[in-house]
Parts: sequence; structure tokens; C-alpha cells
Amino acid sequence: MINMSPDVATDVSAAVDSAPSTRRRFWRRLRSERKVLIGLVIVAILAFIAIFGPLLAPYDPEADDYELFAAPSLDHLFGTDSFGRDILSRMMAGTRISFTVGISVAVLSMVVGVTLGLIAGYFGGWLDSLIMRFMDLLWAFPEIILAVGMVAVFGAGIRNIIIAIAVAYLDDFARVVRAEVLRLREEEYALAAKAIGASHRRIMLMHILPNTLAPVIVQATFAVGLGILAESGLTFLGLGVSPSTPTWGLTLNEGRDFIRQAWWISVFPGLAIMVTVLGLNLLGDGLRDTLDVRGVKETV
Amino acid sequence: MTQYIIRRLIHSVIIVWGCATLVFFLMRAIPGDPIIQMLGPEYTPEAADALRRKLGLDEHVLIQYVQWMGDILRADLGSSITGAESVQSAILSGLPKTMSIAALSFVIATTIAVPAGVLAALKRNSFADFAVSLFAFLGVSMPSFWFGIILILVFAVNLGWLPSLGYASISEDGVLEWFKHLILPSMAIGAGYAAILMRFVRAGLLEAMGSDYIRTARAKGLAEKRVIVGHGLRNSLIPVVTVAGIQVALLLSGTVVIETVFAIRGIGRLLVGAIFDKDYPMVQGAILVVAVIFVFANLLVDILYTLIDPRIKYD
Repeated sequence: MINMSPDVATDVSAAVDSAPSTRRRFWRRLRSERKVLIGLVIVAILAFIAIFGPLLAPYDPEADDYELFAAPSLDHLFGTDSFGRDILSRMMAGTRISFTVGISVAVLSMVVGVTLGLIAGYFGGWLDSLIMRFMDLLWAFPEIILAVGMVAVFGAGIRNIIIAIAVAYLDDFARVVRAEVLRLREEEYALAAKAIGASHRRIMLMHILPNTLAPVIVQATFAVGLGILAESGLTFLGLGVSPSTPTWGLTLNEGRDFIRQAWWISVFPGLAIMVTVLGLNLLGDGLRDTLDVRGVKETV
Repeated sequence: MTQYIIRRLIHSVIIVWGCATLVFFLMRAIPGDPIIQMLGPEYTPEAADALRRKLGLDEHVLIQYVQWMGDILRADLGSSITGAESVQSAILSGLPKTMSIAALSFVIATTIAVPAGVLAALKRNSFADFAVSLFAFLGVSMPSFWFGIILILVFAVNLGWLPSLGYASISEDGVLEWFKHLILPSMAIGAGYAAILMRFVRAGLLEAMGSDYIRTARAKGLAEKRVIVGHGLRNSLIPVVTVAGIQVALLLSGTVVIETVFAIRGIGRLLVGAIFDKDYPMVQGAILVVAVIFVFANLLVDILYTLIDPRIKYD
């Protein structure tokens, strides 16, 4: 049984009482942050298209029975490509792939990066040095170059693309979390948990990890956008998903050869990538302001 | 200061060694026999043995590693599997093109970012500030290769002002042709870079303009222009230099894709071409050179800090 002094008991009860008002303040701030709202609307619309795209698409994305290089019109809002396929329908199908890649990249780099950052920051010493020197190595390669190199080794395909991009970005998560953990492990509640004999795993997972969530959420939001940009870049280079998959990067690349006669093949998929990443960047930037997070790598 | 530079130099050399090691083992992690992939349809057991011997792949992996390190120290990156040229001569011929694009992108980005960031900071919460913010968000959200295609569409296809493809060297074609061929790819990369920089210029200047030394400068009767440029801007440049250094990665990454869009045979296109040709010696050489450039660009940025702000002491 732990005996609390009256002062400490009052502090604890005040903290408990103030929790709902803190939460209310947070939601009020979040609602008043225009960037978050605009970002959320953009991302929600695109997520809806990603989920229900096949039901909403006006044509079969693979059907090539329409006029070749038809300019945008009421029949084909974004025109048709060199095979006579409807660009809008292909882009709707591509939304799901882009979101799948972006979210998978963010989750994978977050899980691995956060784990490494947590271990490095909590234990310190040689383990910290070992992990952070490895992060230095990853840092020394520009992300897309590292991803290109890994795809060269392990081959193209959606799974390898996700792994390659996630590895290229995991040092961002590791650094952010390590910096937080270095501060948090000296906090009184962490020291108190240690004093009552809590295991390292319990202290890390129950006491420290939840307090690193704010910067991790912000970083993850940016990571989805970075993942989508990187995937479209790799696919554009011909190193991405298979040529039969209608991704935005692939459609954009296919239109490059016909830019003089059919600008719409390249322009609309590029716009889709830009709007999606813009939505995620606005959301991430707004969350960073709302959660008052520092140290997350600036993408905007 | 000298001690700090030596320490950072040693650290950079260790990182480069780590990069070389990582690249070496990454290339050995190729599933299956890379020789079969490299030879493709020309595969015969004899050709495979010959190529394996030529690339030193018949030795134990540790011996290969020691040889690779020795070769790097002698600036010998091996030979391309196509046999036409050595890896370093291909890289040396691509390097000026890539560095030209990166340098011009940097110039374009700072030319846009510094005035725009200053304007946004001085006219805070105005329409100009909003416009700069909007440009910044669009700039970082836009794929550079797509913007490159849009620039080709507008300036090469529709207006016919600039060439859409290729590279012209200064020595053979003159400065004007060189510039005309590089301006579009550099703008495509520079826009994203400018977007990031201008936010830092704005934030840095806003912070600097609220400082005591700005109040002192104004109190002693200095003209506002001198207060902003001589005191505010100069002090706000430190975070900008940091970001400029970190974002060298963005310039180098940008060139990989942009060189493909504009058909310029720099290191990026060399790397992508080598991946398609399964030319692994070329792939590992190109990746290593990019990493070395990146590490030393950051070292240079660290040293630049002290020139911009003599208050920074490293000892």
C-alpha cells in the first residue's frame, strides 16, 4: 500500500478532474485548426473512393473498348488512354493501391522504427549506439536511392516496394521516439514504476510508449504521404508494381510518351497524387500544431 | 574548430565505410544467382564462370569484401558487366550532369524561397503570407516528375521556348545551351525544395524579428531595410542552412527521377538503367557515390554554420 501525502493526493485528484477538460480543450483546438479539417475532408473523400471505387467507377478500368486518346468529355471525364481505357475508372482503382501502399509503409516503418527507438532510448549504452549507428547508415542514403537499391536487389512488386520504402523511412520514427524516450525515462512516473519493481517491458510498453504517441501519430500521417509519393516515383521509373496494375504512377508514366497528343493521361493522375499528399500533409501539419509536437521531421 | 572538423571528418569516413559495407552485402543478398540474372538469355555455364571470375564472385565473400574495400580506397569501382566502360568512368561522365541539375535546383530554390519567406514573415497573416503557405504545401505535395512533365508540356510543347529532352555541355555547346537544357529539370526539383526552405525562412525571420538585438538596431535608428537584411535575415539563416543541408537528399533523390523524365544521362539515370540491365557493379557504384556526396554535403553544412554564426563554438 502506498501512502500519499495530502498534497500529492490533492494534485492527483486535480489532475484526474482536469483530464476531461484537457480532452475537451484538445478537441476544441483540433476543430478550430483549419488545416486538420481540410486535410481530413480530402483524406476522407479519397479513402471513400479507395474503399468503394470499384462500385463507383463509371467503367471497367481494364476495358479497352473505347475511342483511343479521347479528350476529357461528359462520357469520359478524364479522357481515355492509348489503349482506349477510361482514365477516371483506372484512377479510382489506383486510389486503393496508393492508399494500401501508403498506409502499409507508414505502419511497417512505424512498428519497426518505434520499437528500435524505444529500445535505443530506454536501454542506452551499446544497444543505443548500435541501433543509432545503423540509423545513421540509413540516413546516409537519400530515401528514394535506398528504396531503388532495395528494389534492385529484391525485385519489384507491391510487397517489395512497401518493404523498401518502409526501410528507407524507418529512421525518422526511430529518431523521434528515441528523443522522446530519453526525456520520458527520467520522468517521475517512470522512475516510480522502476522503484516498485515493474519489468523493463512493462515500463516501456505501459508507461513510456503511450507518452510518445503524439509525435508518432504526426510522423505516421506524413509517412503515408511520403509512401504514396515514393511508390508513384518508383512505379514511374518502372520499378514498381506490375504493369497490369492501374496505379497512378504507372498511368502517369504511360502518358509521358503521348504528352504532345493527350496531356490528360499524365496530368490527372499527377493531380490525384498531389491532392492526396496535400491532404495528408495538411492533416499532419495541423496535428503537429494541435498536439504541440516538436522534433518531427519537417516535410512541409 | 579544427579539432571539430577533424572529428566530423572521421565520423563521415566511418559512415561512408558503413555505407560501402551495407551496399556490398545488399548486393550479395540478391536471391538466387545474380550471374544468371545478369547474363539473361546469354547464359551458358562457361559464360557464367567467366563473368563470375571477372567480377571476383568466385572468391569467398569475406575475400570479396576485403577486395571491394581495397578497390574503393584506390578509387576503383570495378567494371560494368556490359564491358564497355569502367564503373567510375561512367559515374564521372554522369556526375557533372547530376551536379549541374542539383546546383541549379538549389539556386532556383533559394532565389524563390528567401524573398518569399521574407515577404511572408514581414506581412504575417496577410494574403501574401497565405499565398506563400499555399505554395509551400503544394510544392511538397507535388511529385517532381509530374511537375517536370507539366513544364515540358507548357514550355517545350506549347510555347516551344525550351528543349524538352537531353543535356548540353558548357564546353561544347556553350553556357546558354547548357542553361536552356537544365532550366526545366532544375525547376521541377527546385519547386519542392523551395517549398520547404521558404517555411524555414519565414519561421526563422519571425523569431529573429522578435529578438532584443532587432529592438536595439531599431532604437539606434537603423533603416528598416538594414535591420531586416543585416540583422534579422542573417540570424534567421542558421536553421535555413541546416534544412538546406538535410534536404540535399531531396535534390539527389529528385535527380534520379527527373533525369529519366528529361532523358539526361546523369547518375540517377545510370542507376535506373543499370538496374534494368542487372548491371550490379554499376548499381553498387552509383549508390555508393550518391551516399558519399550526401554525407560530405552535410559535413560542409556543419562547417558553414560557423561562418554564418561565429557564436557557434564546437569545442
